[in-house]
Amino acid sequence: MQVPVMAELAARGESPDILFWVGCSGSFDQRAQKITRAFASILNKLGIRYAVLGKEEMCTGDPVRRAGNEFMFQMMAYQNIQTLNRYGIKKVVTACPHCFNILSNEYKDLGGDYEVVHHSAYLQQLIDEGKIVMKEGGVFKGKRITYHDSCYLGRANGIYEAPRKVLEALDAELVEMPRCRSKGLCCGAGGAQMFKEEEKGTMRVNFERTAEAIDTGASIIAAACPFCNTMLTDGVKHGEKEEQVKVMDIAELIALSIV
Amino acid sequence: MGMLSQVLFILAAGVAAFAFGRQVMRIRRNILLGRDEDFSDRRGERWKNLLLLAFGQKKMFRNPLVALMHFVIYAGFIIINLEVLEIALDGLFGTHRLFAAPLGPLYPALINAFEFLAVGVLLACVLFLSRRNILKLRRFISHDLDGWPRSDANYILLTEILLMGLFLTMNAADTLLQARGYGHYGSRLTGDFAASQWIHPLLNGLSSPALAVLERTCWWLHILGILAFLNYLPYSKHLHILLAFPNAYYARLEPEGKLRNMPEVQKEVLYAMQPEMAPPTGAVGAPPPKFGAKDVFDLSWRNLLDAYACTECGRCTAACPANITGKVLSPRKIMMSTRDRLEEVGRNIDTNGAYKDDGKSLLSYITTEELRACTTCNACVEECPVSISPLEIIMEMRRALIMEDSNAPQEWNALFGNVENNFAPWKFSPDDRDRWTAEG
Repeated sequence: MQVPVMAELAARGESPDILFWVGCSGSFDQRAQKITRAFASILNKLGIRYAVLGKEEMCTGDPVRRAGNEFMFQMMAYQNIQTLNRYGIKKVVTACPHCFNILSNEYKDLGGDYEVVHHSAYLQQLIDEGKIVMKEGGVFKGKRITYHDSCYLGRANGIYEAPRKVLEALDAELVEMPRCRSKGLCCGAGGAQMFKEEEKGTMRVNFERTAEAIDTGASIIAAACPFCNTMLTDGVKHGEKEEQVKVMDIAELIALSIV
Repeated sequence: MGMLSQVLFILAAGVAAFAFGRQVMRIRRNILLGRDEDFSDRRGERWKNLLLLAFGQKKMFRNPLVALMHFVIYAGFIIINLEVLEIALDGLFGTHRLFAAPLGPLYPALINAFEFLAVGVLLACVLFLSRRNILKLRRFISHDLDGWPRSDANYILLTEILLMGLFLTMNAADTLLQARGYGHYGSRLTGDFAASQWIHPLLNGLSSPALAVLERTCWWLHILGILAFLNYLPYSKHLHILLAFPNAYYARLEPEGKLRNMPEVQKEVLYAMQPEMAPPTGAVGAPPPKFGAKDVFDLSWRNLLDAYACTECGRCTAACPANITGKVLSPRKIMMSTRDRLEEVGRNIDTNGAYKDDGKSLLSYITTEELRACTTCNACVEECPVSISPLEIIMEMRRALIMEDSNAPQEWNALFGNVENNFAPWKFSPDDRDRWTAEG
């Protein structure tokens, strides 16, 4: 698919309205790549002037910082901020809550001051402005959907309503899990847990959470984070519910419903 | 007799105030063992937090029924203290119901209100006791509380029940003696009070001198009980009734997701990337900074205030995804361990004049397994009614494990290697970062 790359835009002397920060998961993980393509396809369809950093993008440093390796985080942050500032980037959108948190809250102290929007808030805005128009009838009309709050979106940054507003546009039946919003249970991936085996316990965090999601009777578990997506997908597999329940990103749901 | 009891009261109050003052200074000294951190900004928001979170107990209302009961105990505590003021002044001046004459008809109304609250406190304490010991909520039967912490919680509730009982019995004996026109009681008529009049049938059989002894005994036990309770606070989880206020004022105002920056590391990386920015070598530098926290001295004073403000309610642990799924991590235990270690360091200083290395650290109390189980999901931070952050302590200790001790699980070492070499947490080539555009 056609995706504008920042270096090429800069070479032509152009600048985008918004930089799409893809993130490592969205770039490399096969499942998350689909989310990235879905979001990019929405941007393309709406003719939004955006760009990606492409090969120039690097890990924000979130997992290493949360693991405790501040040196490596500072190295990554330094290089990313150099790149972003060199291109004079003012506004960033990302589909990853971890990238969102670190870009909007933690790069500021290091000389990287940007307006950062998570794709849930961005999609909500596009819907509110009437730029995203849904297909007649609605692909997900009447389907039961439950939304899983990402910790780095919800508690970390107080974003609870935007993803729900986006889902409301689908005309589906939204059901909440008992632990939702500020009481939402983690998927188990944060704090660099994604990259190691869980400590000894009686249950995996993602199994616990997915069971709760499945119990709502929803056929779609909506996520707004590629890491949550991976964890919940594993949970659905473990519960042997792959036939009945799909884990999907809000961008994918919109991409399938858009005119 | 009057003179003697005045002297005894002044003595008791003086000793209690002195002892409490010393404890307060000791705790203050312990808290200030922590690193400096500036909280002098955004005063308006801080005062608002003090009102909402501490006075208003906003976070407690995440569970409205429990919040209501807790609020009754709290309101009872604050408002009944007005009555304690009268009791203390009576003790000082050898008077009886000093406020009755100046307040006139308002006085019985006030005492009635106090009695209603006293009954409310009594009931709430009985319910809380049974919740802890009969209903066996998960957060109360947890091993975190084994030993002293569990007894501590029960002692507090029992003491409150006892104090309220003494207050009501004292009023009942007093009003009964008034009705009988006995001694000085007969000259200060307040009429019966709303709740304590129901105790009259139990006391009717007693002679007037016996009632007077009972009234005085209740009075003394009530005020001595309060003075003793004051001095129990510094050793108890119940210290939160005082420290919830500064803790709300100094609450963190940044988004929960924001991690404390480490400017010392930022600078080192900057000098490595841009050597021209580095100060000339040989310049007198500060001693090499410590990275993260191994002991209480390396934490911020704010974290140490948190440790003393914790009332061990366990809402954090009940919400912790690691704890829910059987891992050893319990955010409440992180706070209790921090306080235990800080107290140990405090005793060390008391004994030796200054801290003498005891071969221990905070890592003697908190294991790497606990620290590694955290998903940094902020559920504990979100739940805490008194604005404590167990996560901050966990993160500072993780930093020390990695940067001071190079203590990381295998998989994290692989993660570090990948990020360093491939600029991604997985072993993919940076050249493939835009491969996702190739399809679809």
